[in-house]
Amino acid sequence: MIDAVASLVPVNLAAHAPALLVVLPMMIAPIAALMPNGRIAWLLSILTTGASLVMACVLLSQVRSIEGGAVISYAMGGWTPDAGIEFRIDALNAMVLLLVSVIGFLAAIFSWPTVAAEIREAKRAMFYAAYLVCFTGLTGVASTGDAFNLFVFLEISSIATYVLVALGASRDRRALPAAGNYLLMGTIGASFFVVGVGFLYAATGTLNMAELAVRLEAVRDSKAVFAGYAFIFVGLGIKAAMFPLHQWLPNAYAYSPSFVTMFLAATATKVAIYALVRFLFTVFGLEFSFEGSTLIWVLMPMGIAAMIACSFQAVFQTDVRRTLAYSSVAQVGYMLLGVAIGTTAGVSAGMFHLGNHALIKGALFMALAGVVLTYQGTTLNDLKGLGRTSPWTMTAFAIGALSLIGIPLTAGFQSKFALVNALFEYGWWWAVAVVMFSSLLAVVYMGRILEAVFFRTPANPNKRHKEAPLLILVPLWVLAIANIWVGVQGGFVAGLADDAAAALFIGGGS
Amino acid sequence: MSGEFAIIAALVLPLLICAGIWLAGRVPDLREGVTLVGAAALFFVAIVSAMKVSGGESPAISFGEAVPGLEFAFKAEPLGALFALVASGLWIVNSFYSIGYMRGNRERNQTRFYMCFAIALFGAMGVALSANLFTLFVFYEILTLSTYPLVAHKGDANAQRGARIYLMTLLGTSIGFLLVAVIWTGALAGSLDFVPGGLLQQAEGLTPVVASALLILFAFGVGKAALMPFHFWLPNAMVAPTPVSALLHAVAVVKAGVFTILKVAIYIFGEEILNATASREFILAVACFTIVVASLVAMTKDNLKARLAYSTVAQLAYVTCGAMLADPAGFMGGSLQIAAHAVGKITLFMCAGAIYVATGKQNISEMRGLGKRMPLIFIAFFIASLSIIGIPPLAGDWPKYELMQGAADADLDYVPYVLIVSSLLNIAYLLPIPILALMPPPGSGEPAAFKRPGGAPMLTVAAPCFTAILCFLMFFTVGPIADFLEPATGERLPSAYMTSGGQP
Repeated sequence: MIDAVASLVPVNLAAHAPALLVVLPMMIAPIAALMPNGRIAWLLSILTTGASLVMACVLLSQVRSIEGGAVISYAMGGWTPDAGIEFRIDALNAMVLLLVSVIGFLAAIFSWPTVAAEIREAKRAMFYAAYLVCFTGLTGVASTGDAFNLFVFLEISSIATYVLVALGASRDRRALPAAGNYLLMGTIGASFFVVGVGFLYAATGTLNMAELAVRLEAVRDSKAVFAGYAFIFVGLGIKAAMFPLHQWLPNAYAYSPSFVTMFLAATATKVAIYALVRFLFTVFGLEFSFEGSTLIWVLMPMGIAAMIACSFQAVFQTDVRRTLAYSSVAQVGYMLLGVAIGTTAGVSAGMFHLGNHALIKGALFMALAGVVLTYQGTTLNDLKGLGRTSPWTMTAFAIGALSLIGIPLTAGFQSKFALVNALFEYGWWWAVAVVMFSSLLAVVYMGRILEAVFFRTPANPNKRHKEAPLLILVPLWVLAIANIWVGVQGGFVAGLADDAAAALFIGGGS
Repeated sequence: MSGEFAIIAALVLPLLICAGIWLAGRVPDLREGVTLVGAAALFFVAIVSAMKVSGGESPAISFGEAVPGLEFAFKAEPLGALFALVASGLWIVNSFYSIGYMRGNRERNQTRFYMCFAIALFGAMGVALSANLFTLFVFYEILTLSTYPLVAHKGDANAQRGARIYLMTLLGTSIGFLLVAVIWTGALAGSLDFVPGGLLQQAEGLTPVVASALLILFAFGVGKAALMPFHFWLPNAMVAPTPVSALLHAVAVVKAGVFTILKVAIYIFGEEILNATASREFILAVACFTIVVASLVAMTKDNLKARLAYSTVAQLAYVTCGAMLADPAGFMGGSLQIAAHAVGKITLFMCAGAIYVATGKQNISEMRGLGKRMPLIFIAFFIASLSIIGIPPLAGDWPKYELMQGAADADLDYVPYVLIVSSLLNIAYLLPIPILALMPPPGSGEPAAFKRPGGAPMLTVAAPCFTAILCFLMFFTVGPIADFLEPATGERLPSAYMTSGGQP
């Protein structure tokens, strides 16, 4: 299907797909901001993200056109690397880009009802502009091959995100401190990152990531490289909500507009993890990252701590959005654990879980957005009995929840299976115990919610039969069915993850 | 009908039935018609596949891979065919019974009830016919999830509490232990298929320690086998309506558990490796402990369903015990117990339900003399009790016989004593119920009047009588059943008894 979509695009347009994917939303954003009303801006964002989705399909089919995965190098503006900025797409980028643009497209479609309910009329056009800028930033991070350019896109997406989170203030004033907190942490993270890039530039004299990887070989023992490495690791760790640098995340998810929560949960941390993996494997190289710096003993304990501590925190939340936010941090732990193994199977499992988790959290937060829209609250008490009053929304929510737990025939099961398999192959059987324990905690915290939804009588008897609007239900069910589809026929996503991991090991493995 | 088609039909039929029940939900008679016709068709399909298997075929089919290496594959083999036969056959009887019970009790949400039942049978069929551990695990979980609404059916606080314990225990053990064991097996052997003689034979680097750990993970991971200390979900599941307890918690769900243990013992470990695995004796001891302790606990219970639940815990451990004896006679005993105990225990549960519908009584102490009003029910109860105890000429006799043979073959002297003590305990906690009901001691007063005018609905009486007769008939058909199972369990060693002078 990807190839069919890709073949519809004219060849001379397809040649510029890497640029179009990122630049199009950036150009449309100011136009959207000028629109007289929000509805037109909304339609514009759908069209733009849709176009980006098509471009992502083009890129994927180009990457997959040759055995072993092609690497597309695109010189921005015709300026060849070192002087200019290179966009470099391999199987890993293509997978992340597809993920971000699919979620971005679905999010754009579903956004209107919740935006209409939560954002004031005058701000809606600006809201969509900020969304498109954020989308630009995320896709930019996932396609650029230039370290400094990556920082720029990271900041573009972050600054847009601060705005988006703060706009939740019209629903809940606590969005403002949440956005402030996020701003502070995010800026620290970005500063760390840019300082690290500075160190690397000082040591090698280049900012192009492929070139960096080559030149770093020679200066591997320099203290500057080590310092740069540490700064980049911490900086991206904050962005990826790596435990214990995740404190900004729960509030930012809980108080931002529902649409923003859904989009961020499914994409923002994923892209940061992508950047982290890209630096660890491609720029610094497997040998440096894993043998030179004992990274494995940093990444693995943090992943495990996240899986346990944040799952426990999730159990004790009363607001369902916070439960899911803490669960997100825990799931990041799974991905880090997969990466920490440092084998192809491990990284592939981590990437597989990354993709699946986007589908899972996307579905869950979309369903919650529907609940916010129709019933206003998201505490456990508000959700009581909704299984009866809005069965379609809640069935999709339940599918997402089962997938999060990792019940067979769902996407979550497949990636956890792959992760545990990789752990066994590597001989970390004790880590298997941790994964399973964390899954059991997921049974507890999601089970609590599902029980309230399906087996409790509503606390408020005024709740009548009220589903989320069709604009929410359709994308929601697309994601829910995707969860089942990956669970039953996961070959496609698993293949993407395998290719992505293989690309890392060809490109960066020394 | 080809064997492959029979497998597909066995999987698709329950789903069609489920859809049919949903469509016919507004017309109860039509809805129940769908269930009955569908159950009959399913039983027919199970018979066909069993006949193919007994003819030496092993029909197999694959529905493709979920991800590379994890295949949805199905294959009919003797053990699974027997389980499918038992589950689908008793479903027909139980459906008749359900109609009487659910209507007699005026239960709500009956459409949901019958739909979940059909999905549970879908899970049971999948477990029975699965060709690898992955498929088995998937259907094992479907079975867990589909029965949760059935356990919580009443919807009051008590039912919810029981259902939560049910779900948490089964999901917890399966995700925490069984899944680990499955993946570990895959990592060791490079495949998850059930292989005659044992999949782990082809595993390189299988040390006795690893094998021991695996076996422990499997034995406790299959929570449905109710091995102590993971047995408590079963008494808690008794909050469910009685037809659920009867078919699912005496037949489909718990038997899926012990069936999995048997499959793992025969097709994953294989006799040889199992014998060399140190933790086998530990699990065997746990099973024996469960047999005795659960029987002792059963004696203290006055609630009839709770007593039957603990009795089930003890009887299930027989199967685990047979699997852990790791010789053909042990495997045979375990397999026969699946069928024999199913027929006996479903009778007991259906009797308990009939008593409840008619009188509202659940406590054994209140049933004294009730046999005067419900003679057929208590006679059926009496026959089934004798079968569970293991007295000839009733079905329950054979598994115990084979298990004792198996224990003798394996030179495990304490196991026969455990079995004998268990039988004595069975007598102590089961037989007083029908005897005191049918022949109350003088001066114990008139039994309570029927709560429901007209007593138990006719269907709720006919069904247990029918299965009680089955207990009797099965005693005489055990020869063909054993021949049918022999390819899976392996040849038993009659000569061993002959030479030691133990057997004529």
